[in-house]
Amino acid sequence: MLNRGKPDYDRFMAGPVQSIERAAAILRLLAGGSGRLGLGEVASSLGLAKGTAHGILRTLQHVDFVEQDEATGKYQLGAALLHLGTSYLDVNELRSRSINWADALAARSGEAVRLGTPLEGKVLVVHHVFRPDDTLQTLDVGTLLPLHASSLGKVLLAFGAAPVDPLLEAGLEAYTRHTLVHPDELSRALAEVRDLGWGAEVQEMSMGEAGVAAPIRGQGGLVVGAIGVSGPVERLCDTQGRPQPALITLLREASRAISRDLGAARW
Amino acid sequence: MVERYVMSIDQGTTSTRCILFDHRGRLVSVAQREHQQYFPRPGWVEHDAMEIWHNLQRIVPEALSNADIDAGQIAAIGIANQRETTVLWDRRTGVPLGRAIVWQDVRTAGLVDGLRDRPGDEFFVERCCLQPSTYFSAPRIRWLFDHVDGLERRVQDGDVLFGTMETWLIWNLTGGADGGLHITDATNASRTMLINIRTLTWDRELMDFFGVPRVMLPEIRASAEVYGEAREVLPGVRISAALGDQQAALFGQTCFSPGEAKCTYGTGSFLLMNTGTDVVRSRHGLLTTVAYKIDDQPAVYALEGPIAVTGSLVQWFRDRLGLINSAPEIETLARTVEDNGGCYIVPAFSGLFAPHWRSDARGVVVGLTSYITKGHLARAVLEATGWQTREVVDAMNADSSLALRQLKVDGGMTANNLLMQFLADVLDVPVVRPMVAETVSLGAAYAAGLAATYWPDLEVLRSNWHTAAKWVPDMDPGRREEEYEYWQRAVERSLGWVRPPDHS
Repeated sequence: MLNRGKPDYDRFMAGPVQSIERAAAILRLLAGGSGRLGLGEVASSLGLAKGTAHGILRTLQHVDFVEQDEATGKYQLGAALLHLGTSYLDVNELRSRSINWADALAARSGEAVRLGTPLEGKVLVVHHVFRPDDTLQTLDVGTLLPLHASSLGKVLLAFGAAPVDPLLEAGLEAYTRHTLVHPDELSRALAEVRDLGWGAEVQEMSMGEAGVAAPIRGQGGLVVGAIGVSGPVERLCDTQGRPQPALITLLREASRAISRDLGAARW
Repeated sequence: MVERYVMSIDQGTTSTRCILFDHRGRLVSVAQREHQQYFPRPGWVEHDAMEIWHNLQRIVPEALSNADIDAGQIAAIGIANQRETTVLWDRRTGVPLGRAIVWQDVRTAGLVDGLRDRPGDEFFVERCCLQPSTYFSAPRIRWLFDHVDGLERRVQDGDVLFGTMETWLIWNLTGGADGGLHITDATNASRTMLINIRTLTWDRELMDFFGVPRVMLPEIRASAEVYGEAREVLPGVRISAALGDQQAALFGQTCFSPGEAKCTYGTGSFLLMNTGTDVVRSRHGLLTTVAYKIDDQPAVYALEGPIAVTGSLVQWFRDRLGLINSAPEIETLARTVEDNGGCYIVPAFSGLFAPHWRSDARGVVVGLTSYITKGHLARAVLEATGWQTREVVDAMNADSSLALRQLKVDGGMTANNLLMQFLADVLDVPVVRPMVAETVSLGAAYAAGLAATYWPDLEVLRSNWHTAAKWVPDMDPGRREEEYEYWQRAVERSLGWVRPPDHS
């Protein structure tokens, strides 16, 4: 009777996924021994059909965990495995792939657009499109923003692209009277960002200014950065200080378009 | 009121694209299809003109349906095209006579060398402001006459038509063998070596020289005027613009005043400066070309500096050396070091274009020491694009007396912040990127919309242009001069590497 109430769970969670177990075995195999193996060697070592082994190797190659030598056709571990802990998407590549969509977002919203990625407890601005009014503006690329007081940062925190705990340990700095300085406030705000799929910052970094941001997802849905629009609070928000719905629609279209280009299938 | 749009067709070297723009010049819909590249022999490059026409027939409805727009909402069609690519076809059947010979094709090299000896550059420069090069169309027509049996006779009989890509597409769009318009525009005609650059008419002496009869040549029209209505693909919609792609980019960047210039950074790079209604003959290695001609207004001219290898050097660094996985990563690698460490790369892979025009140059890497890392090499790769631009800008300034005050840039490499900052540093003028990156397509749309009165005048187009980013010079003048001197010394070392064939 110990398992009473659990049969449904067992039926849906049908034990380990076989192809993932096999993929792990292939990685262990390649990590040991000579380092380079042909398809036949992989298949026979693990007792798999060649077709099965080939399918798994191709998928591992697709996510850069395995590389195939062009000349010999042999497989080896991919460079991406060595950098599993660090960002796998080059920030300059992210900018290149986003540039058309970021331009379109700035043109349609009439506001400045920035892209951010996490860097050592801050948000690194990796791309900046000017507000399309031809006033004097300065490129912000390379600037660092606070994670908890910027819309880009809140999105990165909410979707696990930047860790929350070190931030709480260091203490949340107040920039204005609206900055979220209590861990509970921040954690509620991040839960809301996850629910909505976008995040806002209203006068939390400087008075009179606001920003909205949405996640950029790469392969498998992993959040690799955020794209955001920022400007005066009276243009971005309604009279209750809530971001304009039309702006959110444009923002989410841009974030989805970039994510699709980066290979995030569902977004 | 139903929203209306302008359709732009960019028939490029690797693909054909159809883009719709709204009143504010914003991109609304895109459809694109690549076509096959044929390399039948070393140095030969060909396209199938029929494949390109079929691609156009597919992407136009795609672009409309992507944005849920119907043909009635299209105010006008404008065409931008890869320049100088030559296609001949049968006027009765509409079937191309062999594949189109692409602008990169160098099969006419022998012929061109002969022309430079006799009658010599001056004969051509006086008339069309171009010195003989494998780049232009007329030597290709001559080459076909000399190599295809019976072709010259069929041409004399009036059975064969010549065109660059815009001519081919407009002829097909307006009915083809059944009364299609056989026309080109002044910008494309200015790249044939067959027109008088001042009168913009087919030049009798040049035609006689190449043996090209008038009967095969299209009528030369303005770049922006209503040519007629389409009868295929989008029946009833007016076709009202055609420009060569680089001229279209100049127009899309709204460089409408003398002294305004743009540079498009792709595989190669093309810097064009508006010189107004004056035909400026270059003394410093630039080409004189037609920038645009609007209706019956006087033509506007430009100086052009083509640079053969810029983005393709980054591709070489990625594909041949394997030091990076993607082109944008060159910036990441270059930022691992503070400077070039004394290393310079001159990418004269097939000689140098503007302003040197030296086919005997080959690429060099100089200043190598055991200190140099791949980061320094990555810097040298990016700096090569900066310095090559500087050389062309210096030539422009020397030729035109209108010193460049800022450079408008577009193309894929403008995503590289390190390069854009370096460009501002070495040119010592601000570098600005517009909000619409698709300047070639935008320029064709602008010209078409202008002719169809979708837009009233050039000022409205100017007001659509917005700065997306701006890089301002931030380099010590002494260092700039010192580095430029090193670059010039590196260029010297690339010259004369290829020995002329031994005649003994």
